[in-house]
Amino acid sequence: MRSVINYFKEIYFGLKSLITGMRVTGHYFTHPKEIITQQYPENRETLKMFERFRGEVVLLHNENNEHKCTGCSACEVACPNGTIEIIHKRVDVDGRKVKALDTFVYHLQMCTMCGLCIPACPTDAIVMANTFEHAVFDRSKLTKVLNNPGSKIMDGIK
Amino acid sequence: MEDVITTPLESQEYFINMGPQHPSTHGVLRLVLSLDGEIIRKVEPHIGYIHRSIEKMCEHDSYQQIVHLTDRMDYLSCHINNEAVCLGVEMGLQLEVPERVKVIRTIIGELTRLSSHQLWWGVMGMDLGAITTFLYGFRDREMITDIFEETCGARLTMNYNVPGGLMFDIHPNFQKRTKDFITHFKKKLPEYDDLLSNNVIFRQRTMGIGKLSKADAISFGVTGPSGRASGFSCDVRKHHPYSAYDKVQFKEILRTEGDCFARYQCRIDEMWESVSIIEQLIDNIPEGPFKAPTKAAIKLPKGEFYQKVETARGEFGVYIISEGQKSPYRLKFRSPGFSNLSALNHMAQGCKIADLVAIMSTIDLVIPDIDR
Repeated sequence: MRSVINYFKEIYFGLKSLITGMRVTGHYFTHPKEIITQQYPENRETLKMFERFRGEVVLLHNENNEHKCTGCSACEVACPNGTIEIIHKRVDVDGRKVKALDTFVYHLQMCTMCGLCIPACPTDAIVMANTFEHAVFDRSKLTKVLNNPGSKIMDGIK
Repeated sequence: MEDVITTPLESQEYFINMGPQHPSTHGVLRLVLSLDGEIIRKVEPHIGYIHRSIEKMCEHDSYQQIVHLTDRMDYLSCHINNEAVCLGVEMGLQLEVPERVKVIRTIIGELTRLSSHQLWWGVMGMDLGAITTFLYGFRDREMITDIFEETCGARLTMNYNVPGGLMFDIHPNFQKRTKDFITHFKKKLPEYDDLLSNNVIFRQRTMGIGKLSKADAISFGVTGPSGRASGFSCDVRKHHPYSAYDKVQFKEILRTEGDCFARYQCRIDEMWESVSIIEQLIDNIPEGPFKAPTKAAIKLPKGEFYQKVETARGEFGVYIISEGQKSPYRLKFRSPGFSNLSALNHMAQGCKIADLVAIMSTIDLVIPDIDR
């Protein structure tokens, strides 16, 4: 007799648990305002990333096409996986030959977005940008030169 | 002819490969099952499909650079892994980090644990055939990833810790967002019980399945919620407090059943504890610097240093052997997933294949953590 009661008890509690679960899903079915899905490719215009989001490294340029990079290679040393490559050149400053930045090569395909290069920079020349759509058809396009053509260093940055 | 028919059919053991590309192995884990009908006789895990030689890479990196590699091991509790390396280095340097750093590390560590358990909960349901839980788990996890994105700059591989402190101070919105999340999540956590914990199908598939006794848990080194479900008191936060865990009140969740449902319930209860830890600390973040001054090139003194922390999966240890150079002579990670996986054969013997999926889900494997 007891086993028969237990049998029906199990059926009752089993059905009850299923209905409890269905009530939760039913609640969200009838309350579409609580859905938080973002329609991603359609909302590109309004989509705003957080300011600290690390997307890729960029070298800041001002309106006169000047940057702050002295070519000191501190970021290259701080980078754990050889993402940044600084190619130097020698320039004449007051008759002395001084090291300066020639090309700032950035291999996006190797970057892990760890952000160690940013605090390493003594002149705050580089920042992390918020961009995240990096997909390209050719791998070679991921190797970027960050300093604009014809750009030069800002006055007073050493 | 008569003779052939009357002799009973011989049962024969046969082998089947589960993985390395199986959805319920949560990564590239290959399990060689030796079966007798549908009964599992032996499970042999074959690992190494995602080996990246992280320990060897650490021997060439500076101590600041090592931190970001630990993100890629147990990616679901990356902040806690980072913290382990930083605490190890700070122990070697005998550096006292500011109180503010300790509290922030604890809060973000607990948020990481919550997000890991939420993902586990969703995936656990999906492994057992309930897709709804996956979406519900990710809905709440999204709020935590937003907090991380705003403060740490990344959603998954955060790399927010540096030896000596934090990479930058918390975002001004951090406290408000975390409080919003806590109030939101406290309302949503009972839904987890309604949807899955009390579900009759789920209970029948987990209760009494994959039992692990306390003695076995200790001898296999099963830690974390999986070990505590067997009654093995192994919470590093309680026994060897680090960061701000000695300042907060929380219970170590212990259960004695040792089956899949106990492991499940352990994690659900741990979420409540994490919520209460965050509540205790969020209003009491002390003022001060977010980083203790360190040299640009950190050199640890000659010696051996071991630091363990409690990740979402169990005890994670960092063992540094330093020769006084900029990079360690040898670095060993004790990852919880590896030890937990070793108990799988013991737990799954005599179960059905469908039970193996439940067992694997409840020991919460992260394959990059096992392979490193």
